Amino acid sequence: MIPTNYYLVLSAILFGLGIVAFVFKRNILTIFMAIELMLNAVNLAFVAFSQSLGKPDGEVFVLFVIIVAAAEAAVGLGIIILTARNRRSLNVENVNLLKL
Amino acid sequence: MNASMVIFFVLAAIAVSGAVSLIIQRHPIHSALSLIVVMVALAGLYLLMGAEFVAAVQIIVYGGAIMVLFIFVIMLLNAGEEERTSFSKLALYAGIPLAVAVTGLIAAALVNSQTTAALPPAAPVTLTSTRTLSTLLFTDFVYPFELTSFLILVAILGALVLAQRED
Repeated sequence: MIPTNYYLVLSAILFGLGIVAFVFKRNILTIFMAIELMLNAVNLAFVAFSQSLGKPDGEVFVLFVIIVAAAEAAVGLGIIILTARNRRSLNVENVNLLKL
Repeated sequence: MNASMVIFFVLAAIAVSGAVSLIIQRHPIHSALSLIVVMVALAGLYLLMGAEFVAAVQIIVYGGAIMVLFIFVIMLLNAGEEERTSFSKLALYAGIPLAVAVTGLIAAALVNSQTTAALPPAAPVTLTSTRTLSTLLFTDFVYPFELTSFLILVAILGALVLAQRED
């Protein structure tokens, strides 16, 4: 039997790697993938808590997170297509319209 | 060290190496494939925890739909290798230790929290049947469930409006 803590630590590691990818990557598509990675890490923690508490509520939350991630991916990729069309680049350093 | 422990460590190693590969790879399509590896490994972990429906949804919706959408956009935009930019030394010497610190903090908070301390140490794996899950979804969570259908409708409209050409 695997202790719940192992799942929680793995979830934290994946979340941390998601933060690192979010901060270090320069490609807007890869940054978006880092967000998905962080959502996945949170899902893992949800399922681990759900299993150790013996209540399926956490798994329902995971379904909601997946639904919201799908909606977010559709809208986010629309924004990325628009940005790429206007800026002719996927590098976030070139998207600096709001920068002083 | 029993069998489920070995499976856990193998899947955890696959997930973490996939996430590291997402950071190291410079081409977005390689990053996307690494992310699919992470998602499939997580689906295996869900199966290990007895969440079979969530594991199936993880593969079908995340590994299938969302990642195909990503790869579709990468190919549509003809995304090439990530340009190397000179990021500051501060990012290297302060960023990486800070990221490690944040990870350690989250892990410590999760492991030491009151809720986790009160958890039963070794609950036997109970399969959450899809019937239990759907009953819960359509009774206790029926209002959020209906709201998500509205959210998806708005997301479809938003994606259409954003991506159309304005001529």
